[in-house]
Amino acid sequence: MSGEAGAVSREPGALAGYLTFQRFVGVLSVLVVLLCATVVLASLIGSVHIDLARALNGDLLDNTDRVILFETRLPRVLLAAIVGGSLATAGVVLQGLLRNPLAEPHLIGVSGGAALGAVIAVIVVGRGAFAETGLLPLAAALGALLSVGVIYRLALVHGRLQPYVLLLAGVIYNAFAGALILCVNAIADFYQAQGILFWLMGSLATHSYRLVLTIAVYSAVATVWLLLQTRHLNTLSLGEEGAMQLGVDVHRVRRASFIGASLLVGAAVSVSGIVGFVGLIVPHVMRLLLGADHRLLLPASMLAGAIFLIWADTIARTALGVVEIPVGVVTALCGGPFFIYLLKREGSKAFG
Amino acid sequence: MANSQESSLPFQAANLCFRYGAELVIDDISLELRCGEMLGVIGPNGSGKSTLLRLLSGVLQPERGDILLNGRPLAVYTRRQLGRQLAVVPQETIIEFPFSVTEVVLMGRSPHLGGFSFEGRRDLEIVHTAMARCGVSQLAKRSIHELSGGERQRVILARALAQEADILLLDEPGAFLDIRHEVEIYDLLHDLQREGRSIVTVLHDLNLAALYCDRVALLKDGQLMRLGPPGEVITYRAITEVYETEVYVELNTLTGAVNVLPLSRKYREKLAGQEPERRTKKPAPI
Repeated sequence: MSGEAGAVSREPGALAGYLTFQRFVGVLSVLVVLLCATVVLASLIGSVHIDLARALNGDLLDNTDRVILFETRLPRVLLAAIVGGSLATAGVVLQGLLRNPLAEPHLIGVSGGAALGAVIAVIVVGRGAFAETGLLPLAAALGALLSVGVIYRLALVHGRLQPYVLLLAGVIYNAFAGALILCVNAIADFYQAQGILFWLMGSLATHSYRLVLTIAVYSAVATVWLLLQTRHLNTLSLGEEGAMQLGVDVHRVRRASFIGASLLVGAAVSVSGIVGFVGLIVPHVMRLLLGADHRLLLPASMLAGAIFLIWADTIARTALGVVEIPVGVVTALCGGPFFIYLLKREGSKAFG
Repeated sequence: MANSQESSLPFQAANLCFRYGAELVIDDISLELRCGEMLGVIGPNGSGKSTLLRLLSGVLQPERGDILLNGRPLAVYTRRQLGRQLAVVPQETIIEFPFSVTEVVLMGRSPHLGGFSFEGRRDLEIVHTAMARCGVSQLAKRSIHELSGGERQRVILARALAQEADILLLDEPGAFLDIRHEVEIYDLLHDLQREGRSIVTVLHDLNLAALYCDRVALLKDGQLMRLGPPGEVITYRAITEVYETEVYVELNTLTGAVNVLPLSRKYREKLAGQEPERRTKKPAPI
């Protein structure tokens, strides 16, 4: 499986087993096509059947099909794509940075920090102010960054990052942030509290293209920024010292990547609440399929994460008919068993 | 670099001191690496061999003392510049993700490439040659996780070669290898040395040190006990004193190099109280 990473060449003397430009473009093209097909298909699926031909006809008055397609379904599908892509990308980066395939924004406390940042911002300033300015993702990113900072400091032992301390610290921080959110929730008035709870469970419902665009800009900037670190992420898998000896400024790369990942998680959490496990499942499956080179793994996971969350959200809004399941519940229902499977696999690798 | 033939030495270290917490691990060590030589670093466990290597590679900063690389202080180089001049082979490399062998060797090109770019023709040629020299070409597409210890160490050595650095620092490159693979690695190092590279290697095997190294540095408790040609450093007196065990030393009839044989308790007791000279045997000519 992993041995297939790279160009397949039967030519004697030619180098094999590495990422060529052709392979890079080829894989990403396939995923882009799949994503486009997913966007179209998922927009057509829903509790109400819509007629595509009628929806695309702009001349009709009172065209409910058109309204449902373009004002309810499409923005929601696009938002799911961006959130899924962001979470998967953040997962790839965090796993690479911490050299731990179990790292995931949700598990290591980054999502919790982002949610806390967003909740505090909403309570203090009010949701309305943020809806106007589009700064809520920034507040969430700040919360994420702050929590990463705290967790990172805790995990630095004698100037060296201890990945396992970091994972533990993250899990504890997440619980702590959750408690703080509930605390804030208890203080907030009834309507605010209801809103916060619903948002925390994770929902992608939106009618606003403006919101979609705002989040898209945040995510695009962070993703390009992170893409520029991908070779260094490869080298980092040799360990801190190994990477340093190969000319990588480890501290700069870590800082840059943590900031980028925090922006992504912040953007995602600020619109959808906590949607767990996307950042765990997607990078893992992509690594198995495509190999470990982060230059391909990162953009491929972004696209696959988008596809994954669109389908998860499609299930969330259709599975029970008119009643909607929070999308976070769907991803957690997929992710929990997957995590246990991974844990078993990693465990058997380490101990036997 | 091209100017390594100049009078300036690849490495010059003066009065190095380093501490882990309160413990002085490197205690006032001064030594130099000469151009084109293989310098072996030997000594008991915990004598500071690996720490010395990590100081030279710039991963650790000395508490006191100076290190000059090609005549300039180590601190003035960026990590990238260091990566082009120094290649390090650690004792063991744990790679978390299932990279292919070629991908690992390509990482050696990192100091020459940007954060996101594809390797050029030249990079691929260099990697191809490095893999062939280390005998890992046929493993190209295999995952690094599927390899044996010996194969993996050769892949890491190929990665070091791909850096195209003039100085190699190795920490017990043969530690987990059987004798054939160990000797193959040192033979390769010997070839590299003859091509003009300067090499510092930590060894645990005194006989290999005597066989391959031009000079040997003997460390104990962070101090440099002796520095010189193997024949002068690896002597009965020095080894028994530093390792605190009885050994039998003789000159090998085939190679002329020193051979050190550790002795079991039975023979240690038998030899106790005898003249030290009796335990160093000069061979009869073949």
